[in-house]
Amino acid sequence: MRPRFPLTAGIVAARTAGRLSRLVGAGGGTTLPGKLLNALDPTAVGKLSARLPAGSAVVSATNGKTTTAAMVAEIVGPRMRLAHNRAGANLLSGVASSLLTADGAELGLFEVDEAALPEVARRVRPRALCLGNLFRDQLDRYGELELVAERWRGVVRDLPVEATLIVNGDDPQVGDLGADRPGRMVFGVDDARQGSSALQHAADSKWCVRCGTPYDYEVAYVGHLGDYGCPRCGHSRPALDLAARTVELDGLDGVSFDLVDFEASVRVKLPLPGLYNVYNALAAAALSRALGSTLEEVRAGLERFTAAFGRFERIAVGDRTLLMLLIKNPAGANEVVRTLVAGDPPSLAVIALNDAIADGRDVSWIWDVDFEPLLERLDRVVATGDRAAELALRCKYAGFAEERIEMRPALEEALDRGLELTPAGGRLVVLPTYTSMLELRRIVARRGFVKPYWEQAA
Amino acid sequence: MKISVGHLYPEYLNIYADRGNIAVLFRRAAWRGHDLQVEAVGMGEAVEPGAHDLLYIGGGQDREQALVAHDIGLKGEALREAVAGGAACLAVCGGYQLLGGFYRDRLGVELPGAGVLPLHTVAGERRMIGDVLLECELEPGVRRTLAGFENHAGRTVLEPSAEPLGRVVAGFGNDGSSGFEGCRSGRVIGTYLHGPLLPRNPWLADWLLAQAISHRTGEEPAFQALEDALEGEAHSVSAGRARSRGGRASR
Repeated sequence: MRPRFPLTAGIVAARTAGRLSRLVGAGGGTTLPGKLLNALDPTAVGKLSARLPAGSAVVSATNGKTTTAAMVAEIVGPRMRLAHNRAGANLLSGVASSLLTADGAELGLFEVDEAALPEVARRVRPRALCLGNLFRDQLDRYGELELVAERWRGVVRDLPVEATLIVNGDDPQVGDLGADRPGRMVFGVDDARQGSSALQHAADSKWCVRCGTPYDYEVAYVGHLGDYGCPRCGHSRPALDLAARTVELDGLDGVSFDLVDFEASVRVKLPLPGLYNVYNALAAAALSRALGSTLEEVRAGLERFTAAFGRFERIAVGDRTLLMLLIKNPAGANEVVRTLVAGDPPSLAVIALNDAIADGRDVSWIWDVDFEPLLERLDRVVATGDRAAELALRCKYAGFAEERIEMRPALEEALDRGLELTPAGGRLVVLPTYTSMLELRRIVARRGFVKPYWEQAA
Repeated sequence: MKISVGHLYPEYLNIYADRGNIAVLFRRAAWRGHDLQVEAVGMGEAVEPGAHDLLYIGGGQDREQALVAHDIGLKGEALREAVAGGAACLAVCGGYQLLGGFYRDRLGVELPGAGVLPLHTVAGERRMIGDVLLECELEPGVRRTLAGFENHAGRTVLEPSAEPLGRVVAGFGNDGSSGFEGCRSGRVIGTYLHGPLLPRNPWLADWLLAQAISHRTGEEPAFQALEDALEGEAHSVSAGRARSRGGRASR
């Protein structure tokens, strides 16, 4: 039995603030109560998470943490009541808020920002930690990738021995974390037909983590994720404890694969497309297994899964469908492009670029995305968001004719223009950055087409 | 006309959208009937002075910079000779630091530079991150602005004789205190500005192309103006960002 700490006045005050925030319509109350709580009582997150009878599980990664955590929720949700920051508020304040609002929760399930991981891990003391990937992302906020990797090495060093560490073996930096830790679980993709031997432009960890020599890739799947080996010192991808084999991509409809672990193998038909979602499913499977789920529960949960919010989300807007695909960094956006092109490429796309802190103030990343395969198929681009002109230039200097680019910086105007250009019964593809995605969802929610995000948790 | 570009270490130094700069040079040359050809000059590959009209070296993180530092030291003499022969050069962020005398990293390890620009760089504790706006005067009496984004821990110190690229209107610049950014030496430009630099500052792309053509033909070309409405819009949004939220030179 874990010790029960008395709830402090700070916790009570912060809960009230969350209710107030929703009442006055200020937003979801997903970060404000947490911020208040941390200010009133910095030890509260530790106290609240220590009350969870099944402990906590933490997911971090540059790409896929929201989807991975949502998949885990689908898998373990039927067995346990969760405190889960499903709306993507993934700093300490977001974790605190979800702890405050989840009465009677048994398990904490938190996706955590890469840079916030050291502090959250120290306070939450997870029983399982799943680390997915590290890509260049928001360098204006995180500094260099190597600094994030260094922080993660510290997190793994400080992780209690009884906690389970899960890593993506296909990422050289991540796969090397806690290599000597007993009980470490490694996941990865094992299907050479789905990759290539050439690395994408956005590949980051191309040099041996031990000696700096460029890796030889047997196969590269997504960015620098793949089966690598160093020709000089021999450092290579660790043995996989959980793997995806015989992957079949089914356009935009989904992807199926054999999920293989030390015990058995099951065929999973994931209703989300793309190889990157196979990585998310593997991470979720490994974490759920560490939390005691059976392989069958994993399969059933993954097959029930629809989409985490804004990530390949389909929203009916009158007689048209919005297909919202969040883009936020080169590696993730490349996979969105690859999936769209391989599936059912649109002839029109609305692309939205904001530069708030949560998007990254530095917009240079759009030049590292391989938009070209998508642009080749588009007749028209509607560029929107606060930095619409930068997007327009990205398209123009890719060779896309300027007269086919429509600049509509106001998101609502761009959305309406996109819908107007979409035939009745048709589908409008929207690629927004994080804050533009939130704003677009607010616009369609206001028109009554989708629930506000804080009402979806149920 | 063919314009030859030598792109140094594209595999290693490409962190802030350097290929955006290359794309702008390529298209703006093509729209004027020139054929810009880019050749990668990687690790262990020699720089042949005179072969390239324009040299480009982009940004990298400390790790990548350390991996190429030894090699660029070996290329230093050829690079200095190429530049002395009138080749134009654009060096951004990490590449800018590498063209100096040396770079001392966070751990105090000193990496040799190419010695092309009269400056050196020392890593500081606090990163200087944010939007930047500069005012430049590459030709006497012609003042123009550059808008970009900076993200560097290095403090770059120019030698007393060196000419900065521009005056910082908003942002940190070379070291956060001098009020200057970048370095200009003849046809060589070094700067921390990425974002990338050239799409929203097309005048600098045209200036570099003109310098590259001069290297080839001995005469500066008269370029026709291009339709730059989108570029102008992007510049003004970026400049506005620097004014409202760029890093401040004082702590």
